[in-house]
Amino acid sequence: MSLVDHLPILIIIIPLIAAPLCVLFDSAKASWLLALAACISSFIGSIKLLNTITLSGPISYSLGGWQPPWGIEYRLDLLSIILLLLLTSIASLVVLFARYSVEQEISKNRIVPFYATLLLAIAGLSGICISGDVFNLFVFLEISSIASYTLISLGKDRRALNAAFKYLVMGTIGATFILIGIGFLYMQTGTLNMQDLSERLPSLYDNRTIRAGFAFLTVGVCLKLALFPLHLWLPNAYAYAPSVVSAFLAATATKVAVYMLLRFLLTVFDFNFSLNTMPLDVILIALGSVAIVSSSLVAIFQVNLKRLLAYSSIAQLGYISLSIGLASKLGIASAIIHLFNHALMKGALFLALGAMIYKVGGAELKHCQGMLKRMPLTSLAIIIGGLSLIGIPGTAGFISKWSMINASLEAGLWPLALLILFGSLLAIIYVWKMVEAITLQPSTSTATAPLTRDEAPLTMLVPIWALVIANIYYGINTELTVSLAQRAANILVGGY
Amino acid sequence: MSNVAGLFNYWVVIFLMMAGFFVVISQGNLVKKIIGLSLFQASAFILYISIGHVSGGEVPIYVEGSNLYSNPLPHVLILTAIVVSVSTTAVGLAIIIRIKETYNTVEEDEIQVIDNRKDDEDEPVVVEEKHSSEYKEDRS
Repeated sequence: MSLVDHLPILIIIIPLIAAPLCVLFDSAKASWLLALAACISSFIGSIKLLNTITLSGPISYSLGGWQPPWGIEYRLDLLSIILLLLLTSIASLVVLFARYSVEQEISKNRIVPFYATLLLAIAGLSGICISGDVFNLFVFLEISSIASYTLISLGKDRRALNAAFKYLVMGTIGATFILIGIGFLYMQTGTLNMQDLSERLPSLYDNRTIRAGFAFLTVGVCLKLALFPLHLWLPNAYAYAPSVVSAFLAATATKVAVYMLLRFLLTVFDFNFSLNTMPLDVILIALGSVAIVSSSLVAIFQVNLKRLLAYSSIAQLGYISLSIGLASKLGIASAIIHLFNHALMKGALFLALGAMIYKVGGAELKHCQGMLKRMPLTSLAIIIGGLSLIGIPGTAGFISKWSMINASLEAGLWPLALLILFGSLLAIIYVWKMVEAITLQPSTSTATAPLTRDEAPLTMLVPIWALVIANIYYGINTELTVSLAQRAANILVGGY
Repeated sequence: MSNVAGLFNYWVVIFLMMAGFFVVISQGNLVKKIIGLSLFQASAFILYISIGHVSGGEVPIYVEGSNLYSNPLPHVLILTAIVVSVSTTAVGLAIIIRIKETYNTVEEDEIQVIDNRKDDEDEPVVVEEKHSSEYKEDRS
């Protein structure tokens, strides 16, 4: 076997080994370079895997040469590779961005452990996308979760500690629910391999243990996903974490949780059972709708822009769960499209706020005054990212809103289409608040910012603009996202 | 009713799970919350170990003349989950130590009061760094 055959495991192993190496080198610059190299090589690896998968179908890799279902299987299909590509590309950009931002926001003796922990989080999240074994998925979930609790607690504001602790409690309850759910499935089927499970489960769908397991798994994953009533950990965690961490988690962690939901609902269980036999479709639509309206309303009243974006994230996750709840191929496909596009816009916005915090010293509305003159490129990035969040034609956000509205009309649920439009109207209000502060408010005498041009360094601007351009690119050229998402949805709905 | 007694392990699991969950929800003390969380996780361990039991089965070690043994796989799985639980507890306690350093309390409602008071002011309170030498002074 050549090295290329081992790519599925290498993508996890590279960041996993780079993490302790960072600590061994014990130098901020060396660990930054190492983290960057690890992320970029994972990214290149996943591009290569994407080519293989689009040409010749899913890849199965048996860990240690033990054949599935006895050994642990790593399995990559279209959905996993979309997530993996998203994860590794955003991770590379975020790490590139991190250097100066981290130097300023995190105390010197914690910079090296910071990169090590970030790499562990990346390894855990990519493991979730690759693993074809439910227990292995739980282990990777915990690796990434524990790493993200630590990352959030590194925030400068002391409220970050409290936020991290809340997330730890909620996250652990969620993970234990998933563990119990997996236990119930194992109890009845005696297997942990996803494909094996999907073959054995259909004959047991009337079994009460399996149904209880299904409920535990769904609730556990929804806790991680921050679905509406289970979202309380998210706003503070994103608002007080270091800006790099907010950008990384907002763009990837909740997306990977959505991936887990899709994987459990549609691969381990099947489409008919999850969304037709079980009343989950109604639940997802109801909770998603409440999330869209309530979180968007709360977002309007936020003063701290990071918190504003965090609430908007909950609303966007509402859109995603609503589309899954539509229980149609088109709905699943638009959930995948929005998952991808939302990661691009939130990544760009949080990174731009990170650059603003780096130069101006905060991300509240009053810090925005005079931003357009001071940091024109960053301001422009925030404006375009905001437009994409609303769903203006020509941006990625439009494509996802369009396909979601299509999906709800196809399902005959026109009130939901109206609700999506209403959500976008609310988004206009909170995005306008940011844009107004940036463009129209002059720098008052109380503001600390002088009116000279003072743009963020290049290593910050490049990742921000890479994501902004991606937002525009995927808004105009929909070939890649839409066709891949539709193919992935076809595979998911029609069987593994 | 024989079923009720036969499912003794599962009753323990349910009791531990609910007790742990209740402690997490009801207690305002962060350390007690972590204790509740550990209890909650421990219930899942007992669930797994109970699943692995085969009635009349022996310890899963190869012994001459025995061919019925319990399923060792859940035991192995739960070893991993125990490691996960221990590290979660460790991270949680570490965060509590830093909360204690900066807020000088580990009671949730007091922290809430301090945070709310701070919301009125403008500047964020920056976590003060303590060096290891300062810890020693604290203790002495």
